[in-house]
Amino acid sequence: MYDGSKILAGLIVFLALVTFPFWNNFGAKEWKQPELKLPPKEVATQCIESKEYMREQHMKILDDWRDQVVREGKRIYIAKRDHKEYQMSLQNTCMKCHDDKEKFCDKCHTTASVSPYCWDCHIAPKAKGN
Amino acid sequence: MNAFYGLFIVCALALAALVGVGGGGMTGLFAVAIPYAAVAIFVVGFALKVMCWAKSPVPFRIPTTGGQQKSLDWIPYARYDNPVNSRDTVVRMILEVLTFRSLFRNTTAVLGKTPDGKPQVGYFSEKWLWLAAILFHYSFLLIVIRHMRFFTEPVPLPIQWLDWADSILQIYSPTLYQTNLLFLAGLGWLLARRLLYPQIRYISNAADYFALFLIIGIALSGIYMRYVAKVDIVSIKQFTMSLVMFSPVVPKEIAPSFFVHLFLVCVLLAYFPFSKLMHLGGVFLSPTRNLPNDSRIHHHENPWNPKIKPHSYEAYEDDFREAMVEAGLPVVKQLEEEA
Ligand code: HEM
Repeated sequence: MYDGSKILAGLIVFLALVTFPFWNNFGAKEWKQPELKLPPKEVATQCIESKEYMREQHMKILDDWRDQVVREGKRIYIAKRDHKEYQMSLQNTCMKCHDDKEKFCDKCHTTASVSPYCWDCHIAPKAKGN
Repeated sequence: MNAFYGLFIVCALALAALVGVGGGGMTGLFAVAIPYAAVAIFVVGFALKVMCWAKSPVPFRIPTTGGQQKSLDWIPYARYDNPVNSRDTVVRMILEVLTFRSLFRNTTAVLGKTPDGKPQVGYFSEKWLWLAAILFHYSFLLIVIRHMRFFTEPVPLPIQWLDWADSILQIYSPTLYQTNLLFLAGLGWLLARRLLYPQIRYISNAADYFALFLIIGIALSGIYMRYVAKVDIVSIKQFTMSLVMFSPVVPKEIAPSFFVHLFLVCVLLAYFPFSKLMHLGGVFLSPTRNLPNDSRIHHHENPWNPKIKPHSYEAYEDDFREAMVEAGLPVVKQLEEEA
């Protein structure tokens, strides 16, 4: 073998890099989904849509709301689930119940490494401890 | 036709995953067994392939590289195109791997006419292939690094920065990654050139199209998940983390589209060591790139030549003098002199 040691060294570095996800978590047994602080029963018992729908689509809903309100002046959202009416507003609807950004929004956003630009303009309310 | 074979196989694979998971009840196979098998095939296959290459003989330097060779001291030579020492060779390798310098020299043949109307072949610089290759490879790299958010907790800062930088245009929500557009643009051109240019179409095999369609399939399924269907990322992270911790759990919230993405990635991993995609490892072992052009400076001996002792003409004549004289061949020393 010619330059065997150099090739072997390169190969080991490469394999170490590609197996990073495995050895980086070596020894850990389980990863749990972040625990969210939900609004207490007296504030709200249900969200505007089902939990599954919200988990997948909330960013799309907010994006749609922004366009509807800012560009078309439409402010009423009719829920798909029960046709209830809600005001399209991050601050006045969503964050009325979910008032603690750090204990709700940020939990998943941090673990998913996303930094939504909503709060570049909107200011998160002071947590009332809902 | 070859293009259709490639497209057909990738569509069939995507469909297999979709049917297998979404109704076929084979989630365990597609979510657990196949991913582990694919990673194992990739790691072992890659290592074996490189070791097999490492064993092949490298007799001597191949000096057919671009640039002025080093000769007399007063003739300037191309230090990094035609290096004579290890340091400059390392620089050439780094430039090759990071900037695809050989590809930058790509030319295209064009059939033109001389001023008096006779047909003439001309060669022109052709940089589009290089540009598409750079866009494709760097986007791929950045996307894979960004994907580490599914396999780390806490997500390391550099990965968070990359995520932020890649979505810095703040378009749409979830934010648009620039690398997604550049990735598709690069892939699109790599595919289009094979379909549009008759010369390239002629030399394109089904395997060339398969690799392209497979990676396009991975890109489109990922893009579909992010911007169109929307998937439950935190449930997916629970799955990916459990996978790398060797205690797989598959939350039922995960949509089938994710398993299409995952399965195509697994096919890519398992196919990789046996395909032309191994140029990832091969580029480091290219003799025209990684060997200095010093064959006129150092004596290179073919390493597998048998050891031959020097045998001078005088000694040869001593061995065969009688037979030579008998055959009438002239000899330097005569028979009588020897006696
Ligand atoms: C060859 C490797 C892979 C490539 C080229 C690739 C490509 C992509 C692309 C282009 C996207 C679109 C959004 C983005 O750029 O982040 C995406 C999304 C995604 N990929 Fe991959 N992927 C690969 C491997 C994987 C693996 C191994 C997993 C998990 C096991 C995975 C899970 C996901 C998920 C969950 C999304 C959706 C992200 C979101 O909605 O934000 N990918 N992928």
